[in-house]
Amino acid sequence: MRHSAFLFAAGFVALASHSSAAQAAPDAQGKSTPSDTTRSVPLPGSVSTPNADPFPSTYRPFASRTTLIRNVTILTAAGPAIRSGSILLRDGRIADVGANVIAPADAFAIDGTGKYVTPGIIDTHSHIGGGGVPGDSGAQTDDINEATNPVTANVWVEHSVWPQDAQFPRTLAGGVTTIQVLPGSANLIGGRSVVLKVVPSRTAQGMKFPGAKYGLKMACGENPKRVYSSRGPSTRMGNVAGYRAAWIQAAGYRSRWDKWNATHVGDIPTRDLGLETLAEVLRGNILVHNHCYRADEMAQMIDIAREFGYRIRSFHHGVEAYKIADLLARDSIGASVWADWGAFKLEAADAVRGNMALLNRAGVRTIMHSDDASGEQRLNQEAAKAMAEGNRIGIPVSEDEAVRWMTINPAWALGLDDRIGSLQVGKNADVVLWSGNPFSVYSKAEKVWVDGAMLFDRLDPTSQWRTDFELGFVPANGGGAR
Amino acid sequence: MRRIFLIVALATLSTSVASAQTIAITGGTVYPVNVPVIENGTVLIRDGKIIAVGANVAIPADAQRIDARGKVVTPGIVNASTQLGLVEIGAVGSTREASALGRDGIAAAFMPWEGLNSASVLLGPARDGGITSAVIIPQGGLISGQAAVIHLVTGTADDMVLRAPVGMVASLGHSANNVPRAETIMRLREILSDARVYRTRRAEYERAQTRAFAARRLDLEALLPVLDGKVPMIINADKASDIEAALKLANEFKFKLIIGGGAEAWEVAPKLAAARIPVLTGAMNNIPQSFSELGQRQENAGLLAKAGVAVALIGNAGGGDEDAFNVRNVRYEAGNAVSYGMEWNAALRAITLTPAEIFGVSDRVGSLQAGKMADVVIWSGDPFEFATQPEKVFVRGVNVVAPSRQDLLEQRYKTLPPTYRTP
Repeated sequence: MRHSAFLFAAGFVALASHSSAAQAAPDAQGKSTPSDTTRSVPLPGSVSTPNADPFPSTYRPFASRTTLIRNVTILTAAGPAIRSGSILLRDGRIADVGANVIAPADAFAIDGTGKYVTPGIIDTHSHIGGGGVPGDSGAQTDDINEATNPVTANVWVEHSVWPQDAQFPRTLAGGVTTIQVLPGSANLIGGRSVVLKVVPSRTAQGMKFPGAKYGLKMACGENPKRVYSSRGPSTRMGNVAGYRAAWIQAAGYRSRWDKWNATHVGDIPTRDLGLETLAEVLRGNILVHNHCYRADEMAQMIDIAREFGYRIRSFHHGVEAYKIADLLARDSIGASVWADWGAFKLEAADAVRGNMALLNRAGVRTIMHSDDASGEQRLNQEAAKAMAEGNRIGIPVSEDEAVRWMTINPAWALGLDDRIGSLQVGKNADVVLWSGNPFSVYSKAEKVWVDGAMLFDRLDPTSQWRTDFELGFVPANGGGAR
Repeated sequence: MRRIFLIVALATLSTSVASAQTIAITGGTVYPVNVPVIENGTVLIRDGKIIAVGANVAIPADAQRIDARGKVVTPGIVNASTQLGLVEIGAVGSTREASALGRDGIAAAFMPWEGLNSASVLLGPARDGGITSAVIIPQGGLISGQAAVIHLVTGTADDMVLRAPVGMVASLGHSANNVPRAETIMRLREILSDARVYRTRRAEYERAQTRAFAARRLDLEALLPVLDGKVPMIINADKASDIEAALKLANEFKFKLIIGGGAEAWEVAPKLAAARIPVLTGAMNNIPQSFSELGQRQENAGLLAKAGVAVALIGNAGGGDEDAFNVRNVRYEAGNAVSYGMEWNAALRAITLTPAEIFGVSDRVGSLQAGKMADVVIWSGDPFEFATQPEKVFVRGVNVVAPSRQDLLEQRYKTLPPTYRTP
């Protein structure tokens, strides 16, 4: 989050700690039963903690009806576009997609002539819910930077998520169905992320994507050294020393717990929340999402990951990712980037609009991220800008490729590409019907389905989700009385 | 003798920014903006000025012809709210020139164009993106300072200033440090009242025979053209009640008012239309970011335009589009405005002629009209679409498209130079 760039320093001590773990069982393929929501079961021997899933998802798919969208252009994110095709959503899944689809007679049919269908958009970098609105001073809605210590692996951003943040329904209206909410970038290690479905709920648990892995937020460069300039780290070398010290502690902690788990001999080791999280990263159960702007710093973060035996799933912001596209491709590291943000600080001065096209050409998993509640609503427009720049500089990018930047590639970065991110039979029916070509400035998400349930319909303002906060405070959709 | 010397000097100067060549842009779909679209139109340029626009324009034999068949020709884009040339790297204080220290939040005398960076690397992408004029707006405090229109010629800062001042920038609303809105109104009123008194008591003031005023001498001086109605007050106000307060102040002190931001302006659109108050706002913000912006919506610009309010579209969604880095993106505000109810022609006007009119430069820029400066963009298609590229951008008849720093970086990394072979 850029504005976290303007955080003030705060002081403190402590290193963090520890892991919870174990991913939920994958949901059963081809069914809309609430298998998604069964409490996750720790995998034997893989966890260091007595309570692997203390805040389990309570999400259940909303009521859905069998739906057929026909005569529509389908950007599947899994192959070439299907012109004049159809897609059938049944029991929360994609039941069929193609040129010829046989639908049951009672299916709710939508004529998609002139319109487009894409998978639900996925944003790997959101702060909504955690950095809520209104953001007036005193509103105390900015809950994403625990800027009291450079390493706060012990915090979980889901504990900051306010489900009544008015930014959620706006994000859904942008065709976005899954987001990763991350802690901010004040800290070297900022804490756990959470993957949410963009759905109405009374609780954060009710939005949690069942079975999604946690992420770990790390941050390079200017933000941590600025925030902690008075107590340290105050330099980039101090940043690196900080990451390494944390991983050394984590390795020892993991080893103590692994030994105890294997033998159950001696005293049970004392839990440490921060080290528990870091140990889970080392075990491969939590995915690293690393805020980093400069190419040279990303290269160093790659070396640190190798030193301690973890993998970086995706760099975030990466305005200089294009300078090391070969390195990222070699190590299969995703690049979550903007279309055209730059120059708001020196480490963002080398931003180019061709970043995505250059990364895409090099075979990097290229991801359009937002880090911004406004941009998050228009990831399709951002992708369109990046595609246009590729075409301008002689690196053509097709619509079939560009749609992947906001669907299957971010799904991969979140470890969910077997369930969402493309329109393939058996996958979750997270689907957007666009009023026209989604890369046109004039197109808007018209209808949005999550697990087969239509949760947004632009043509029916009265049906649209309004958060508790909005009632009375914010004029109703369509500009009616407050 | 002296006079002749001056004329020669001026002529020399003008050749540095204007082309003596005659250029005929032919065959394009031409949107002059002041009149309806002309299919297969011609725009004729000479000595940096437009000399003819139309479907049947005689083209001199010596004219350089530019074939614009299949392309769209518009006036250069005017971005009505930027810090272009005032902010280079946001976090680097030594490259930020948009916020004056002032005194007690008052910096009326601040003329940011005196610190304009004509070598800014952000000017290139703006020019290449079809921006030919920009309003530079100082920021911060109660009275931030004076705005100017800059012209994106390649030249010195003096060459670039098209008109200054074009506005006195102030802000209403509940400030971050919890000054209540009514106290902010009171302070503005106090300062404006003091400026009135100061004008009639200048001599006494110089002899230290007046009471203390609420602002420094130069700040009071700078406010006199506002009281005379010569320089409009640009009041940043989002909440409908703050916009109404600004209207009352304008009535009380008889100044010309422009509303900046105006998140909830649509709620008071008829009042703004009746008072002929222009609004600078965007079309990509629908987030209730503060208790002053609860009514923020993307239909704002379209609703205002329909109500008869003069609207200039600006980037104000809070993301990257407000930065000097992305001044060029204002055309996407126009596209989104169309998506949310503004007519296409009105949206084009809102990034060309309307801002030129609001800031008093429509005699020279903002439309394709004979006699105006030749600020012309040839687009590969609909200028609001992402896939469209500006192919040629003329400022005073000179094509200013040139590789920007960003282009140079892209070129360097498109094919890695041999020195960079190993990572």
